[in-house]
Amino acid sequence: MGKTAAEKILSRASGVEVEAGDYVEAEVDAALMPDLTALLAFRAMREMGYERVWDPDRVIVVLDHSAPASTLRAASIHRELRRLAAAQGFHLYDVGEGVCHQVFAEEGYAKPGMLIIGADSHTCTHGAFGAFATGVGSTDMGAILATGRIWLRVPETIEVKVEGELQERVSAKDLILHIVGLIGSDGANYKALEFKGETIKALSISSRMTLCNMAIEMGAKTGIIEADEKTITYLKGGMSNPIEPVRGDPDAEYLKTIEVDASKLEPQVACPHSVDNVKPVGEVEGEAVDQVVIGSCTNGRLEDLEAAAEILRGRHIHRNVRLLVVPASRKVYMEALRRGIIDILVEAGATILSPGCGPCFGGHIGLLAPGEVSLSTTNRNFRGRQGSPEAEVYLCSPETAAASALKGEITDPRWI
Amino acid sequence: MKIRGRVWKFGDGVNTDLILPGRYLDLTDPEEMARHVMEGLDQDFPMKVESGDIIVAGRGFGSGSSREHAALALKHAGVSAIIAESIARIFFRNAINVGLPALECPGITDIVEEGETLEIDLEEGVAYNPERGLRIKFKPLPEFLLNILRAGGLVPYTRGRS
Repeated sequence: MGKTAAEKILSRASGVEVEAGDYVEAEVDAALMPDLTALLAFRAMREMGYERVWDPDRVIVVLDHSAPASTLRAASIHRELRRLAAAQGFHLYDVGEGVCHQVFAEEGYAKPGMLIIGADSHTCTHGAFGAFATGVGSTDMGAILATGRIWLRVPETIEVKVEGELQERVSAKDLILHIVGLIGSDGANYKALEFKGETIKALSISSRMTLCNMAIEMGAKTGIIEADEKTITYLKGGMSNPIEPVRGDPDAEYLKTIEVDASKLEPQVACPHSVDNVKPVGEVEGEAVDQVVIGSCTNGRLEDLEAAAEILRGRHIHRNVRLLVVPASRKVYMEALRRGIIDILVEAGATILSPGCGPCFGGHIGLLAPGEVSLSTTNRNFRGRQGSPEAEVYLCSPETAAASALKGEITDPRWI
Repeated sequence: MKIRGRVWKFGDGVNTDLILPGRYLDLTDPEEMARHVMEGLDQDFPMKVESGDIIVAGRGFGSGSSREHAALALKHAGVSAIIAESIARIFFRNAINVGLPALECPGITDIVEEGETLEIDLEEGVAYNPERGLRIKFKPLPEFLLNILRAGGLVPYTRGRS
């Protein structure tokens, strides 16, 4: 019997041949933390009786959720994290470098076959590199900082096979929203997902990150895409260790297989107040929006800003709409500047925010008033997510966001 | 381990943004977090909840963010256990790690209503509603997770082993 990618990676990381259902104690290859959960993790480490992190080279902290700090409490957390980094020598990326997942990927920390644990639920993003990557809370992270180890239950795997070419102005976000709608918000609870098929192979690394980013929105522990030539090309800039691609065996035991025909897919929108409340854009067209957000670890990369600029070039957003654009990293921001993408967006009426999490989680900037409607390329639309519990958040692709900002209402980007 | 308490009942999809909204993510004092617990669903909940109370919920309790703030807020508000139709993965780990029993028990919402009493035996995997004489079984937590709970959470458990 073959093994799934998750079984292979966790066998390697634990030094024991394991299968789904086994509990393992595994060695963590990289520990990633954003600002607002990191300090609690360091506190837990100290309370466990440890003063220093087990391996500073494997610890990466990114100040992204409240960056630049919007409260005195956040400013104090940042100050303490800078002090700890200086004293212990772990990697710290300061305000303005970007969302932790984008920075982690760009810096070449995410590699095929690795076990990556992050104190952020969207750590599953790094499955795009063929890694087993998952989010945990601060106490789990504290134990990792102390010992470099974590206990995990080896998950069963759901295979998601995608075939067919995506239509013009239909992108990875539409695909993953469709899959979330099929599987449901807890349909993959405790499970791993493996995304495979010709459509997945054709996706860019950025698009694969969009896909894996939202595995958690189905409750999944991780979402994995086999590394290929594109992965190797992407990582050449930033990596020193050899790549060992890991793939699920054809005769591995999968819990189930879901097949998706991408060629028939229309732009998708997740409606309030749950991510699995997904409809084709045609069913919600005409819904007026107050704020449009393009950015986040889901859709703040160069190809996302480029797709929006392509629609907004030479046009201006609707007078009733504010458009907030958050590049996922400084590198994305710089490249978008060089290519004139930022010019196009600002001329069209966009407000560009500092690279980071931006309005996604409703704790930093761009909050919604009661009764307002947001259309956002982020990953969650829970009640109260972006401000008032009486506001509504719809999720969509950068293409749909840009088209809707022009019209002031939810709009199918294919007809703009 | 046996737990007995008054029940607060919630539906499906109680996610971490409802348990503790993102604007409180910069809090570091669990007592302060507790003052905002469940604010996304019921502004008055922090005033109403009492030490020892049990939360009974539907599917997907604790889905979303990895913020441990959600589990800490519930624990420091006095909640003694969460028993739900299903519990999201990261929240489940966080709850156990802070010493708050989080139990999956399909059918639990059928045997108890808000304000009633529930008795839970963690080792046996039994929840019992004495007012109605209704009993339901669930799969007990594995022994090493029970040991983390017995120690009071992952911090004292790890400290004890190092």
